[in-house]
Amino acid sequence: MSVFLLLVVIAVLALVGFVIGRQRALASAKGNVKDMHSLPVYYGWHGALMVMVPALIVLALWLVIQPLVIERQLLNYFPADVAESDAARTLAMADVRRVAEGLDIAIAQGAMTETQAEVLRTDAGSVRDRLAAVGVALGAEVTPQVLAAAQEYRNHAVIAGIGRSILTLLVALAGLIYGIRITHKDFRARNRVEQVIMALLALSSTIAILTTVGIVLSLVGESLRFFTMYPWQDFFFSLTWSPNFQGDSDLGLAPLLWGTIYISFVSIIVAAPIGLFSAIYLAEYASPRVRSVVKPAIEVIAGIPTVVFGLFALVTLGPMLRDWIAEPTGLGNSGSSVMTAGIVIGILNIPFVSSLADDVINAVPQAMRDGSYGIGATKSETIRLVVLPAALPGIVGGMLLALSRAIGETMIVTMGAGAAAKLDLNPFEAMTTITVKIVSQLTGDTEFDSPETLVAFALGMTLFVLTLGLNVIALYIVRKYREQYE
Amino acid sequence: MKDLRVERDVQTETNKIEARGVQVFYGTNHAIKDVDVNILDKTVTAFIGPSGCGKSTFLRCLNRMNDTVASARVEGKILLENEDIYDPRVDPVQLRAKVGMVFQKPNPFPKSIYDNVAYGPRIHGLTRSKAELDEIVEKSLRRAALWNEVKDRLAAGGTGLSGGQQQRLCIARAIATSPEVLLMDEPCSALDPIATAQVEELIDELRTDYSVVIVTHSMQQAARVSQRTAFFHLGNLVEYGETGQIFTNPKDPRTESYISGRIG
Amino acid sequence: MSTASTNPNDVPRKAESLLVPSALMRRRNAAEARFKAYGIAAIVISLATLAIMLFTIFSDGISAFSQATLRFPVTMDAATLDPKGNRDPADLAKVTTIGYKKVLEKALIAELTQRNVDVQGVSAKDIGSFISGDAPARLREMVLADPSLIGQTIDFSAFATGRIDGYFKGRVTMETAKLDSNISPEQLQLADRMKAAGILDVRFNPKFFTNPDASDTRPESAGLGVAIIGTLYMMALVVVLSLPLGVAAAIYLEEFAPQNRFTDLIEVNISNLAAVPSIVFGILGLAIFINFGGLPQSSSLVGALVLTLMALPTIIIATRASLRAVPPSIRTAALGVGASKVQMVFHHVLPLAMPGILTGTILSLATSLGETGPLLLIGMEAFVVNYPAGPLSGGVMDPATALPVQVYAWAARSDPAFIERASGAIIVLLAFLLVMNIVAIILRRRFERRW
Ligand SMILES: Nc1ncnc2c1ncn2[C@@H]1O[C@H](COP(=O)(O)OP(=O)(O)O)[C@@H](O)[C@H]1O
Ligand SMILES: [Mg+2]
Repeated sequence: MSVFLLLVVIAVLALVGFVIGRQRALASAKGNVKDMHSLPVYYGWHGALMVMVPALIVLALWLVIQPLVIERQLLNYFPADVAESDAARTLAMADVRRVAEGLDIAIAQGAMTETQAEVLRTDAGSVRDRLAAVGVALGAEVTPQVLAAAQEYRNHAVIAGIGRSILTLLVALAGLIYGIRITHKDFRARNRVEQVIMALLALSSTIAILTTVGIVLSLVGESLRFFTMYPWQDFFFSLTWSPNFQGDSDLGLAPLLWGTIYISFVSIIVAAPIGLFSAIYLAEYASPRVRSVVKPAIEVIAGIPTVVFGLFALVTLGPMLRDWIAEPTGLGNSGSSVMTAGIVIGILNIPFVSSLADDVINAVPQAMRDGSYGIGATKSETIRLVVLPAALPGIVGGMLLALSRAIGETMIVTMGAGAAAKLDLNPFEAMTTITVKIVSQLTGDTEFDSPETLVAFALGMTLFVLTLGLNVIALYIVRKYREQYE
Repeated sequence: MKDLRVERDVQTETNKIEARGVQVFYGTNHAIKDVDVNILDKTVTAFIGPSGCGKSTFLRCLNRMNDTVASARVEGKILLENEDIYDPRVDPVQLRAKVGMVFQKPNPFPKSIYDNVAYGPRIHGLTRSKAELDEIVEKSLRRAALWNEVKDRLAAGGTGLSGGQQQRLCIARAIATSPEVLLMDEPCSALDPIATAQVEELIDELRTDYSVVIVTHSMQQAARVSQRTAFFHLGNLVEYGETGQIFTNPKDPRTESYISGRIG
Repeated sequence: MSTASTNPNDVPRKAESLLVPSALMRRRNAAEARFKAYGIAAIVISLATLAIMLFTIFSDGISAFSQATLRFPVTMDAATLDPKGNRDPADLAKVTTIGYKKVLEKALIAELTQRNVDVQGVSAKDIGSFISGDAPARLREMVLADPSLIGQTIDFSAFATGRIDGYFKGRVTMETAKLDSNISPEQLQLADRMKAAGILDVRFNPKFFTNPDASDTRPESAGLGVAIIGTLYMMALVVVLSLPLGVAAAIYLEEFAPQNRFTDLIEVNISNLAAVPSIVFGILGLAIFINFGGLPQSSSLVGALVLTLMALPTIIIATRASLRAVPPSIRTAALGVGASKVQMVFHHVLPLAMPGILTGTILSLATSLGETGPLLLIGMEAFVVNYPAGPLSGGVMDPATALPVQVYAWAARSDPAFIERASGAIIVLLAFLLVMNIVAIILRRRFERRW
């Protein structure tokens, strides 16, 4: 029985539980709703929940544990060195699963019978070709061990499937019977149902923590593996980045960090004045009508996907900067450059800076402005000398947030900054960033046991720590600022 | 508290400000209705009246602070030394240097005490050197009766002072630009009685140099500090005259009822 | 109390008329005007850049929706297509696309001769190269599906190759053709004559929305089919996963959670997750869902899981804001008539907060729609030519791409024809976004309440 079918059966049983639960409760109260502890619908829900919750928990656990158990039993098909090494075992098991799936598909399409699949041998012609014929592409020819393991895997999977169905259904039925038996007009169905709802709500709220734990675990775990293969001193202090798939790579963070910082710096140079002045104009000068049109128009920028900005950098701005500035002045001949990426990220961040600045400027009390106007300051003097200094902490916080966004930006730098890891001062040179290298090391053909791939996790870790730190500081400053005027 | 009015008489009878037929509208709300008034030089003039009657609105007309309120519209003429301040050629910024303002709630800038006072002279380019600026700051603080309390911590933030000190700082800030008129909108309503007494004493002293207009909701305060009183009611200037006369012998029945506490 | 009885400025300021601005005042007003001009300049720069960006995208991309197409009768030569003459599907399948290409080439030349189109200076092979590499494959499929076509003459329409297409769209010119080994000026002149003769025309191309991606050498047949399916799968999954989860979490935190260390931790987590760079979520997806969980790479399922985790913080924050906006009077009223707290929330507060929740969800969905970086890491930039299966046959586990990822993948190709495609894909993407935002605005307008 497939998982999908199983879910359908559980749903049907739950419906049964709902109907019977409701009726039983009504019957025990002789149809008099006033006599019952809870409304009839709660007895129904109680019946349904008693079916669903235990059955689904059992099913979920089974689905998690089943592959682990089966894989353990298949280990004797492989030589000891494969079974020992985490990475090799993962790869071998992936092959086994893929071949097993291929056989399933072949049977489903009628290209093989069940028995043919079971007695299939590698010496009877290429298994890879036969599977390719049914649309299952395999990376390499199937070895006898993998094929045998795959066949064994299928046997286990069939048995496991039967066991899974029986157990889940038993639990569902048990829940159903329990739910029905306990139902009576005096049973506090509503309280029980509400308890379950509360538990589910509380469980959902932990998703944020689980996500963070997932992020930290994946970053830390793989980074540690990276540092067992590559010395951490070299990662943090080496000044060169030149991955090399024969081994002996130089994987120094410095050039990537420099590119990241340089580009983010350029982006702030662009976003800060433009965003700030837009905010000032909108908050202090614009009429309500102008404001109601211009503010959303600027916010449109924030709604455009970054890949669009990336294409703009690649196709329009990059070549423009190269042809108009870099080449005439002899500063460079590459369309991808720190300038290209920095300017485009800056543009992307304008609405962000502007709306944060707008918030903090509006938080400065009107009394402060009146005080300034009252002794004959002009509007710009009031803004420059009173409003901005008062809003400064908030603005600084906003800039830090913008900086953090620039550091974490991926698509624009991937498309507009270049791939060359350099420690250079010329902003018209192509340089690269942490995020660009995360993408390039993790896309395409990757093996998860080489330092060249795993370095991406160490880079991700660096990025995470960097942006998180900036955010925490920025949010702290902004919060302190807000409190000051509350 | 001694009665200050007895000690100082009105020194001049020259008009500083003459308002003629002033009307103010907030959108369609007619807030000030055809007000005529002459405000004397070197005199404290008090505006009294029930809340919402337009005292602040009229006060804010005198230095065109209403220009900062988008919905406000002012009609009529207000002459400051015979020049119409609503003349299109007048720059309200330049006007406000001559007609300074102090607000209900003390609103020092989040800067040092020194910079708070130096703010006006700096923007109006009143000084050429640091020494001159120091001198103005000191004089203004002395004039605002704050010097002795803050002279040792001029670099400390203005917002760190007590409420009464903050209000005197705001007064010092306003007089540092050497205005001719000082407008004060309920300058004591956010202060405790002791601070109020200090500020009231200060207001009386300021009269030697400035024409002071003060809005107050406290009749006692008006009686204590002012020589002229104007009573506003529902946007009308009901009665205007010598403070003693207004309080002891009001001509208009509405003034009479207000003074005796029947309109509130 | 010490008092200085002198005027602060011993020398009284000379009486200036208010009617004549002083020199300083003129300078100050000039500074004021400059400052204001900076503000206007900043806004103009922002909006102009936005306009330029959209303009270049549209002018580059709008032509992706039309395509130079050749139309000519094709005689299905039995000798080439069915050498054994037995119409056996197995034997027919042995004829590769090369055979079909020959048939098409012959048919095109025959049509040119028949219409008296001057082909001087263009070899038969170069005429054949007008036809997209996608056409023979399509013809072959048609024949394999219906062997009775062999021997007949059918009206066939084939895409012209990307270079010819580019010529009619202004991307390829006589000058560039001279330097280009794939196309010659003579071919372009011939293309002009073919257009005049009505064999070739540029017309709306619905296949841009339905075709899967195509290889580097045939940009003309690359389409958004797989990307659109992948995007729709992901968006549907993201809604199904994130809406209940996000709303449940928000309800708990806003209405029920006790104030303790643990809930504080959750709150801090949510606000920080909202600021984690998106690429980090890609790393999470790769390490947890693919490497650890064993879910298939490039699948819409993994993409949707990653996007869900990214969307959740925003949805939770938006939901909490809308829950908070429901006035306390409604809560007390519900509790007053004897509802339990759970009933109060689900029967009274939640329905009132729903428009706000939906608006927030749509907006965060719009953000996910444009997300690219994390999807690259989970392998969605792969070259996928097969459509994923239907949603009920496990299509979400099949390799797919997404609209923004397709933009990136095309932008990385060397042939400029793919830049046109990438821009066209952006137009489709922006259209999706526009619709979502309009829906959100309508929802907000319609249900906006003033309590
Ligand atoms: N900024 C404003 N916008 C609209 N109406 C205002 C504004 N300020 C004051 N008003 C209205 O003008 C009238 C007079 O107000 P105000 O001058 O503040 O009275 P007072 O200072 O005597 O209490 C009131 O009706 C008030 O509602
Ligand atoms: Mg008032």
